[in-house]
Amino acid sequence: MHELSIVSGVVDSVTETLVAYPGATVKEVRLRIGALASVVEDSLQFCYGLAIEGTPLEGSVLVVKTVPVIAHCEPCRQDVEIVSLQSFRCPRCDEPVSDLRQGRELEIESIEIDEVEETA
Amino acid sequence: MTTRIVELRRGILKKNDELAAGLRERFTTAGVLVLNLVSSPGTGKTAFLERTLRELRAGGSRAAALVGDLETDNDARRLAASGAPVRQINTHGICHLEAEMVSKHLDGWELSDLDFLFIENVGNLVCPSSYDLGEKIRVALLSVTEGEDKPLKYPTLFNSADAAVITKMDIAEACGFEHDAALRNIHEIRPGIRIFETSAKTGAGMAGWLEYLAEERAARKA
Repeated sequence: MHELSIVSGVVDSVTETLVAYPGATVKEVRLRIGALASVVEDSLQFCYGLAIEGTPLEGSVLVVKTVPVIAHCEPCRQDVEIVSLQSFRCPRCDEPVSDLRQGRELEIESIEIDEVEETA
Repeated sequence: MTTRIVELRRGILKKNDELAAGLRERFTTAGVLVLNLVSSPGTGKTAFLERTLRELRAGGSRAAALVGDLETDNDARRLAASGAPVRQINTHGICHLEAEMVSKHLDGWELSDLDFLFIENVGNLVCPSSYDLGEKIRVALLSVTEGEDKPLKYPTLFNSADAAVITKMDIAEACGFEHDAALRNIHEIRPGIRIFETSAKTGAGMAGWLEYLAEERAARKA
């Protein structure tokens, strides 16, 4: 259950970003989470609700995009998607693959904010 | 009101990752080989590490350990009996070690006086996999009592490991441990990984493990 630590990292990072947008309200926070990142979305959502209380992120929605595992297959000379996490083999040639190119991401992709119009 | 999308593309654990990168640089400069030991609670990390520290010291190597636990310093006291410098990290409920905890507990240690530094993580097969501690080698441990399919159940951790250790081999037969299935499952998740079958009690398999440590340490020095 390290989702609370993860979510706290998100809150800190977004709060830092908001300094450049005074008065803005956060509508959405979008994450990219790798399928191999050991993070459960339900727990993330639950912890998010708790972590944003009393912060500038209060009222915002967390959107989680899962990123598939991609490995490089040497014999096939191309990147392939690993669909089952129980077998790290190339789906084309069935050779074991160890050179992962994607799938461990824990990333804040973007935030959607409402900015206050500047009054002239 | 105007709505705007602000692209961040920022790692959530950026702070930890940066600290870990700094630690890795310190370890490399000091020439100390750092290993992060990860397993479920009860796999026998501490017993395995006790034996490793004792044998390394007997062979003239300088080894130290940091040991993570939610509460108590029982493990640190056990490990200190080997004569090696040992420090306990109490996480007070946090289920994994973070780079900052490691960094804080290194104060006053001259890293260049060490050949090996072992970091025994909190017993947990999920959370520690996301946190880089600056280690060179991540070791996943699995005991014969846990079931051969454990690597399949926890692929995120086993896939991130550089070496695997099977512990408690002395009771493998009594447990009906299916040796070939265990090796096959580990390799299915982490193709090509080195696997050591050990018993901290009898010392079986320790020679191969110590040889591996010596090789990795030599590679680090070079």
